[in-house]
Amino acid sequence: MAQTDQILTANRLRDGEVAYWAAGRWVAALDQAEVFQDDASAKAALKAADASVQDRTVVNPYLFDVRREAGVLRPVKEREIIRAAGPTVRLDLGKQSSEAFDVSL
Amino acid sequence: MYRYDEFDARFVAERVAQFRYQVERRLSGELTEDEFKPLRLMNGLYLQLHAYMLRIAVPYGTLAPKQLRMLAHIARKYDKGYGHFTTRQNIQFNWIKLVDVPDTLADLATVEMHAIQTSGNCIRNVTADHFAGAAEDEIEDPRILSEIVRQWSSLHPEFSFLPRKFKIAVSGSEHDRAAVKFHDVGIEIIRNDKGETGYRVYAGGGMGRTPYIGHVVGDFVAKKDILAFLEAVMRVYNQSGRRDNIYKARIKILVNALGADEMRRQVMREFEEIKASGTLDVPAEEVANIARYFAPPAFEASSDDVPEYDTARASNAAFRAWTETNISRHRAPGYAIATISLKPIGGVPGDATHEQLDALADLLDAYGMGELRVSHEQNLVLPHVRKKDLPAIFAKLEALGLATPNAGLVTDIIACPGLDYCDLANARSIPIAQRISERFADLDRQHNIGELKIKISGCINACGHHHAGHIGVLGVDKKGVEYYQLQLGGSGAEDASIGEILGPAFGEHEIVDAVEGVIDVYLERRESDERFLDTVRRLGIDPFKERAYAGWAFHI
Repeated sequence: MAQTDQILTANRLRDGEVAYWAAGRWVAALDQAEVFQDDASAKAALKAADASVQDRTVVNPYLFDVRREAGVLRPVKEREIIRAAGPTVRLDLGKQSSEAFDVSL
Repeated sequence: MYRYDEFDARFVAERVAQFRYQVERRLSGELTEDEFKPLRLMNGLYLQLHAYMLRIAVPYGTLAPKQLRMLAHIARKYDKGYGHFTTRQNIQFNWIKLVDVPDTLADLATVEMHAIQTSGNCIRNVTADHFAGAAEDEIEDPRILSEIVRQWSSLHPEFSFLPRKFKIAVSGSEHDRAAVKFHDVGIEIIRNDKGETGYRVYAGGGMGRTPYIGHVVGDFVAKKDILAFLEAVMRVYNQSGRRDNIYKARIKILVNALGADEMRRQVMREFEEIKASGTLDVPAEEVANIARYFAPPAFEASSDDVPEYDTARASNAAFRAWTETNISRHRAPGYAIATISLKPIGGVPGDATHEQLDALADLLDAYGMGELRVSHEQNLVLPHVRKKDLPAIFAKLEALGLATPNAGLVTDIIACPGLDYCDLANARSIPIAQRISERFADLDRQHNIGELKIKISGCINACGHHHAGHIGVLGVDKKGVEYYQLQLGGSGAEDASIGEILGPAFGEHEIVDAVEGVIDVYLERRESDERFLDTVRRLGIDPFKERAYAGWAFHI
């Protein structure tokens, strides 16, 4: 059975900003996220992320499934597509907007 | 308007200070997320998809100008310039930062507002008819009792850790605009044969995954006994409501497991005991004090024939169209109730910008109106407007983008935030409301269809009240893709009913056609002045089902 790729995500504690795991740190954009192609490395990252829960950087880390479509990474679930971009009814808000946000999570 | 007394002011101030300290302890690591979560929820703070969301209570839906200005300030300073009015007389801000919440709550407290008990397993913000004090058919202003219930239920130690959340609504009119039969407890103010007013109390109504219409547990509760009676209902629920399964923990499950007769028996047993103690008798003088806060404004003596109003209606087609749907009869001659639709065609139901909130405060001041109402249908209401002022007020609302003439029509759609914002949602609600609204934008077509309440929820929790929609839409998730179930025949009014599911769910691009199809069946088959709901009740769902699935045979 084909292995689904996974990404690790959480919300930043102090403001709720959506964050993604990338090689031991948190980034704000989905396309900068680390993609885990096997379950073992995904689970290892989830365990490693515990440290940033302990130090109050993020809350509620979890893994979600992604697939590549024509070379573009896309979450399997609509929920994660919307989290990565912002509300579909307000394209001027959230990560999809041009508003500046702090990427140094 | 109700004004905080010293006890209210103190407990709100204490709560702000307490939560500030709790946030500090969370940020410093003294509290874990598991420890902090129930504390933030008690203060209306959720973590949603993109940010924290703060839900602020608008008790019995009444807002003063200074409160509107404060909400505008919060939208500007702590959020992204807008707020969202919900289906329970609350306002939600979608982009709040945890670090800003203590200051936000402190700002709110300066105008006697808070977010206490807008979440958690406690008695939530008490809701009331948004036409309170103005409705022509009103027996008594439901906000007086709502305020008494608010005082009794706020921080009530026995009822702060219930099996599940608990929602109370109060209606003072024969026509139920507060959906009392869909609440955990619904209270109707009624008059008996002797001309005395008292309360008919329903328990066990609710929506969510298991919708029920409430059962009468108190036929005519005397006014001074109402807190003893409510305490009795709460005790039965607190003692016997299930705590082992979150999906079976609401009082509706208990009432329907026990049966209405047994529930009544248990409530009456508790009630007799509490009543005998006399400790919860509602003192008449305190009621009179509270009633004074809700005394109607001094209405100017006037005839109901207002030439300025009639002339404007004759000369301004847009104004006339607005008055057809957005004006309701007021109890005082020469006055009207005006509904401000927050459902612009293609817009987001319930959203208001900080500019609009500020401008509405100015409008209230300019016309000496003093208060605004928030309806559970996600609209705003000017409860006491001089009819002669309506043309000028309409012009101002038009300039603000707040004069959509659609109250009660097909485009006046209730929709929860759905998957665009909400952590619990399975599917988006708002875009479906927008597409339906655009499809039916033509005003003549809307008038031809007449009264039609469409309600959309993005998950089974039913914040969008889909069970009570004449047309209800429920978003579901199938392997990460959004689908929509259609149901027909619900009503949240005095003729309460639960909608019936038509069949398998429709795709995102099919649901609007399906809605249009069932409306076409109504237009073809309605008799005389039947509303959509009446035709559905007369015909049953089959003819509607046939049309909705025409061309989609593989669904069935």
